[in-house]
Parts: sequence; C-alpha cells; structure tokens
Amino acid sequence: MSDKILMKGNEAAAEAAIIAGCRYYFGYPITPQNEIPEYMSKRLPEVGGTFIQAESETAAINMVFGASSTGARSMTSSSSPGISLKQEGISYLAAAQLPCVVINVSRGGPGLGNIAGSQGDYFQSTRGGGHGDYRTIVLAPYNCQELADLTLEAFDLADEYRMVVLILADGFLGQMSEPVVLPEPSGKKFNKDWAVGIGRKNKVASLILSPEDGLTKHNYVLKEVYDKVETEVRKYEEYMLDDADYLLCAYGSSARICKQAITELRNKGIKVGYFRPITLWPFPYDELLNASKGKKKILTVEMSLGQMVEDVKLAVNGSIPVDFYGIPGGMIPTPEAIIERVESYE
Amino acid sequence: MSNEEIVYKKSPSMMERETHYCPGCTHGVVHKLIAESLDELGVEDAIVVAPVGCAVLIYDYMKLDGVEAAHGRAPAVATGIKRVLSDKIVISYQGDGDLLAIGLGETIHAANRGENITVIFVNNAIYGMTGGQMAPTTMPGQKTTTSQSGRMADDVGLPIRACELINTLEKPVYIERVSCHNGANILKAKKAIKKALLNQKEGKGYSFVEVLATCPTNWGLTPKKAYDWLEDTMIPYYPLGNFRDQEV
Ligand SMILES: Cc1ncc(C[n+]2csc(CCOP(=O)(O)OP(=O)(O)O)c2C)c(N)n1
Ligand code: SF4
Ligand SMILES: [Mg+2]
Repeated sequence: MSDKILMKGNEAAAEAAIIAGCRYYFGYPITPQNEIPEYMSKRLPEVGGTFIQAESETAAINMVFGASSTGARSMTSSSSPGISLKQEGISYLAAAQLPCVVINVSRGGPGLGNIAGSQGDYFQSTRGGGHGDYRTIVLAPYNCQELADLTLEAFDLADEYRMVVLILADGFLGQMSEPVVLPEPSGKKFNKDWAVGIGRKNKVASLILSPEDGLTKHNYVLKEVYDKVETEVRKYEEYMLDDADYLLCAYGSSARICKQAITELRNKGIKVGYFRPITLWPFPYDELLNASKGKKKILTVEMSLGQMVEDVKLAVNGSIPVDFYGIPGGMIPTPEAIIERVESYE
Repeated sequence: MSNEEIVYKKSPSMMERETHYCPGCTHGVVHKLIAESLDELGVEDAIVVAPVGCAVLIYDYMKLDGVEAAHGRAPAVATGIKRVLSDKIVISYQGDGDLLAIGLGETIHAANRGENITVIFVNNAIYGMTGGQMAPTTMPGQKTTTSQSGRMADDVGLPIRACELINTLEKPVYIERVSCHNGANILKAKKAIKKALLNQKEGKGYSFVEVLATCPTNWGLTPKKAYDWLEDTMIPYYPLGNFRDQEV
C-alpha cells in the first residue's frame, strides 16, 4: 500500500477514514468539501458501510450521534456554515463522551462568505463553537498527505479519549491534488463497554439534573480527560528554527506560504524559521515558548483577521514581541507580503 | 394451590420505580404500553431514543438501552443507531414540540427515507417540560403561557396534524392515531403500538403512532377534566384511526 496516488485532499481524507474502519458517514453538501460525501457515497457501499445524505448538517451530526452511541466508527464533514449547524450536536457528543470525527474544510466567512479556503474558524474550532464546558481535539493538516494521516489517527484519538476530533482543513487543501501514500490502519482496539446494543442496558445521555452537583462531577470527569489529552496529544513541526532570528508561526495552508517565504528570506540572508502547530487544541504552548527562546520576534501568519495569534501571545506571555500578518475572506497571504513584513524588522 | 389467577402483572420491561410524571399525565401510560408490547413480542434488547420533553427520562423507567437525543433530533439519532444495529428494535419517543416544531425536518425525512424504526408521538397539545407554552398542536383558543388569550389562528396558524402530514409520504408503512384518555382507547393504543413495533421487527419499515395525551398540570385541569377535554376538544380536530397499514 505504499504507492503514491494523486488524490484531492478531500478524497484522501475520505479514503483514510475508510482505512480507519469508518463505515458510517452522514453529511450534507457544501462547497468546498463536496468530494468527501461524493466519495463516501460511492465507496462506503463497496465496503459494507452506510452513506446518508442527511436533510441538514444538524441531522447529519445527530445521525453520527446515534451511530457513535453503538460504538461504531462514524463521521461527518462540512464547511464553515455547516459546521456552525453541527455545533449543537458536537456539544451533545462531547457531553455524552461519544467519539467521532468531524472534518471542516473551511471557507471564507462570516455568513455565507465565499467558497475559498480560509482560517476564520480557529476560534470556533478551538474554543468550542457549541455551548458548555467542553473541548474537542483539533488537528490542522497542511498538505494532502497529512490530511490523510491525521484523518486516520483522528479515529484512534476519538476512541481513546472518547472525544470529538475535529480536522480543521481549508478549501485550498481540500481541493488541491497531491501525491499521497495512503496510511495503514493502526490496528488498535478500544473497549466500548459504554455502547448501546451490547446487552448491558446502557444509557447514552447528557442530562444530569440530580444530585445537585451531579453535572459538576461530570464536568470534572471531562476535565480529567482533557487534562490527559493536554499532556499526551501535542503535535507541531519546527522548521529551520535552530539559527533563526525570527519565528514565523502558522498552521495549515498558511504554513505552506511561510515555508516559501522562509526559503526566499534565507536567500537574502535573513534567518527565519517556523513553528507550525498541528494540534490547535491542545495548543503546544510550552513547545512554542521554548522554540521562541532567543528569537527576536514572532510573526503569526493566518488566513484570517488574527485568531491563533491570541494563543501565540498566551504561549510566550510577553517574553518576546508577537506581530501578526493575515488576510481574511478566502484570500491567501503572499510570500512577498510575509517577506516584506520580516524585512521591516531588520 | 390457590385459585387466584393473575390477571395483571407489571411488565418485566418496566423498572420498579415511580415516575416523575404528574397525576393524570399519560406519558406513564404510553411507557407501559410500549413495555408490554415489547414483552409480548419477546423483544428484550430494544433501544429507546428519548426526546427532550417531559419524557426525557424514559430510559430510567424501562429496562432498555437508552439514548438521549437533543431536542427534536430523535429521528436522526434513531436513524444513526438503526443503520448500525439493523437487528435491534429502535424507538423514537417524542412530544409535539420535539416532533413537529424544532424537529419537523428530522421527522419528515426519517419518515420519507422509510427508516425501519417506530416513532411514538405523544401529542399533549402543549410544551409540558418547559411549563406550558404553545405547541404546534395547541388547539385554537387554548390558553397557554405564550398564548394567554388563547391560540389565535390568524396570528399563529392552526394546529398541525402529524398523521395527515406523514400520510403524504410514500415510504411509511403504518400510520395510526390513538388516544389514551380512557380504558377502551388505551386498549386500541396498545394494539397500534404493538403493531408498529411488530412491523419493525419484521423489517417492514417506518411506523408512526400518534397518541393523544394529557397534560393536566399545564392545561390547568384536574385529571378527570383533562380526559374530558381531550375527548371533547382534541379528538374532533385530530380524528382517531388508522391512516395506513401497508402489507409489504
Ligand atoms: C434547543 C432547545 N431548545 C429549547 C429547549 C427547551 N425545551 C425543553 S422541552 C421543550 C418542549 C417540550 O415539549 P414537547 O416536545 O411537547 O414535550 P412534552 O414535555 O410536552 O412531553 C422545550 C422547548 C431545549 N431543551 N433545547
Ligand atoms: S407537565 Fe404535563 S406532560 Fe409533563 S409530567 Fe406533568 S402532566 Fe405530564
Ligand atoms: Mg407536548
């Protein structure tokens, strides 16, 4: 299975989900993620799975809730406006500790926005777009290979921690074609004795009215899981940081542009590298702080008005200056703009 | 050996527990009818999807697996469960706000897909759980906390008839409206619920039973007067009977 195949990001994610053993997909069409439901509608029946084009994103995430409550691996995908509709279900999944994978191939917003890739959903993804005290694991791939690899891994993470795992991709990544080596399944097994339909008369619920502190106790149970995830699941990439004077911080498609800018800046004799968070929650705060030691400045680059930059500031806590360059509305930052900004620091 | 004969015993599918329902509330009756039907059909591993509404704790009163859906989403949740566990009986139990207001989309589309599930719709013409607000099935002129002068059709339209609505779709195999305001009707309700569950067991497809029910507390009536009000006011608007019983 180690052959390289040219695949669209969206298709690579869909096939990776099938490799991970996901047999239940529920979704509603929205650009730029349509290749995922289209691919699933064809592939899932071939492997004995079920595809339903739901009546809405709200229905889709609740179908995932039902499928997941049986212990089956299931997923949905959408793009920004649809992910907004899924927030109700995500909150309920988080409350009931049901594992599932949600892919957001995000687009420009707010509102209907446009259909180009964007990073305006960072706050929604990492701060919990739904109600209540909960977290979702958020993985941010930057190329098609990583999109496939992280989708596969997302199912293991979801089952291990009984959490919703959100893949935050963007329209550029979803639509782009790149050679991909499809990942191999991990083969990990998970105990799902909480599921319904296994003869244990289990309840999957989120209402806790009594005793008075019942919900508080449940919140602390969730917190324990989140604390564990914060120590155990931290992914990031460092690139050319060792001798760098300036640190670019970017995730997803923005990081690709930063890579280009770094090459050109280094050709001009300016030492730059990047720190690329891959888990946006948990955010690699300590690792970024360490990476920033001895640097002169951080430039955070996003396809938004500046959202992740808040986490970057939290990470370094005033120890070095943090600048921001971003462009919202489905536009891509150009390497030239990043180069110009960094040159202005000299 | 005594000559006594057991003429009634509590359904083994019911828990030994008092419900939280108000006196004269018919949710408990409907639970019992579901439990008895499951017993009689020999089903021990049904999965009930609880609504958001007064019956949210249904899974605490029955010896079943229970999944609690978000408000109105029970048919979608039931769809997800049933598509994985096609050999289990999956019941979506819903109130009028749940099924006809916030969850109308999920209701219609699960019915239209012909999901092999059983939907039990408890129509008490009001939002019970939240304290008696107007429902899609609140009767014309009926006073609720959000229609304090009575439901006015000119302003908010007339009550929605769920069976008739679902009867416009091709896929459902069984649609029936029953009531549980007196013994004779409770027996008919039981028959309908059992048939709807049997259909699922036999893989026939989507079955829908609407049960006219009472909410004495929020109607501001005694239990006896509530049964009378149901008979006099609701039944003329919501005719009882079978709308579809398709052999497939
Ligand atoms: C999204 C959302 N909106 C509103 C509510 C509040 N709520 C709880 S139950 C309910 C209505 C219940 O009425 P019905 O479905 O008729 O059930 P009943 O209590 O009458 O059996 C409402 C509006 C909620 N829980 N969730
Ligand atoms: S409020 Fe109404 S529906 Fe709820 S338990 Fe009381 S009588 Fe029943
Ligand atoms: Mg009601």
